[in-house]
Order: sequence, then structure tokens, then C-alpha cells
Amino acid sequence: MGIEVNGRKINWVENETIKQLLRRMRYTFPLVVVKIDQKVIPRKDFPDVVVPDNSRVDVIHMISGG
Amino acid sequence: MNEQKYNKIKEKLRNSSVGIAGAGGLGSNAAAALARAGIGRLKLVDFDKIEENNLDRQYYFLDQVGKIKVEALKDNINRINSAVKVEVLNQKLEKGSMEKPFHDVDVVIEALDNATTKIEFIEEILLKLPDKPVVAASGVTGYGNSDRIVTKRFGSLYICYDEQAKSSEDDVLLAPRVCIMANWEADLALEIILGGNNGN
Repeated sequence: MGIEVNGRKINWVENETIKQLLRRMRYTFPLVVVKIDQKVIPRKDFPDVVVPDNSRVDVIHMISGG
Repeated sequence: MNEQKYNKIKEKLRNSSVGIAGAGGLGSNAAAALARAGIGRLKLVDFDKIEENNLDRQYYFLDQVGKIKVEALKDNINRINSAVKVEVLNQKLEKGSMEKPFHDVDVVIEALDNATTKIEFIEEILLKLPDKPVVAASGVTGYGNSDRIVTKRFGSLYICYDEQAKSSEDDVLLAPRVCIMANWEADLALEIILGGNNGN
């Protein structure tokens, strides 16, 4: 059992939400795009969406400027 | 130059379109690059006017200060390549309808400045136009270390990304880095339109 976050393999935690996962990974920056297995998760759903086992999570930090 | 390959590319680009959200540092320079490459149609969306301090990185000129950005950019594009059809929307993209101008383009370029708006825009395009390729940029500030920039791909989303760059509130925006990112976005749009592997 395990998940992959930005290429790093870590333990899967049952019923862990995206919000909790970001905290566990110490991703403290506020503005991120999260994809689970290629599906974009809207930020408003971070506290509710549970990360499934064996999933691949990508976290992208959006930085101001353009 | 490989004439046969060049002509094939020109033909494909002439029949393709790109929509650009934002006509600042990223959007104006990406538009100019795509116009030079020979894109058939560009759709430009921005609400802003040109200020003198934009000229350190944006594709405008001193005599255009005070003008509406998308109108001035259309003029500049047509001075480069009059065959490009340029559609402009002088409006702010509002949450809830951000995807609306981009239904009828082949590729969307995110060229906004504020990180919150960038995310809202990307989310809205991916959720409402799930098959539409989106090219975004994150990390355009500063100078030097440009070899940190990578392309991150997630399905239909492509991000030109320097994860170590700072926010524009804490750093500077200068032409070289901004233009690298803008041209990187334009180059990704070409890759999406023309197919990967450099057509080989």
C-alpha cells in the first residue's frame, strides 16, 4: 500500500484528505493545483476528497507573475 | 532549411488557432512569437491599458502608452504578419465564465499574472473544457538560473515551471526571463498543434 506524491513514494493513510496530505508533505504554499491520477481536483474540494491507495498525486505550486 | 518540412508546418499553423488569456508580459510576447511562426488565428483577452512601466518586458512601444492592450497588440501583430486573424476581447475574465472565450480555439495559453487567478483559470478550463490543451506558466520572476525551467505535463495541462522562483510581490519581473517563459509557452503550443518529436 502506498501513494506517489510528486514522484516520491510514501505510505498511504486511510481516509486521508488532500488537505491533510498537503500538511503531511509540509507543502505550506497556499496556491496549488492538485491532480490525482491525472484528474484535477478543485481547491474547494481539498478538505473532502480522500486520496485513494495506489494513486499518483501531482502538486504544482502556482507562482504570481506574468 | 528543410523547405518541405517548413511548408508543411506553415500549412498546419495557418489552419490553427490559439487563445491567450492575458496580454501582459507572457501573453504579448507569446502572441508575437506565434504570429511570426505563422499561426492562422489568435484570440486575445485582456482588460488592461498599457502603462509606461510595462515596456520593460511587454511587447508594446512608447507611443502606445495609454492604449488598450489587446487593441495595441493586434496592431503590433499585424505589423509582423498581416495574415494572422486577430480577435480581441477587451474584458476581464470573471470566475464562473472564464472558459467562455476559448471554446473555438485549438490551444489555450494562460498568461495571467496573479497566482489565484491563474489557478481559477486553469481549474475552470480543465473542468469545463476537459479536452482542450492548456499551456500555463509558473515562476516567471527574477533573472538567471533559467535552466531550472521544466515542462510539467498532466494530461491536457502543460506548465512551464520553475518551482524555485519567487512570487512577483517578492521579486522583479524582467524581459529576459519573462520572454523565455512566454516563448516556452508559444513553443509548447506549436508542439501540441504540430505533434511531438519535432515532426520527425
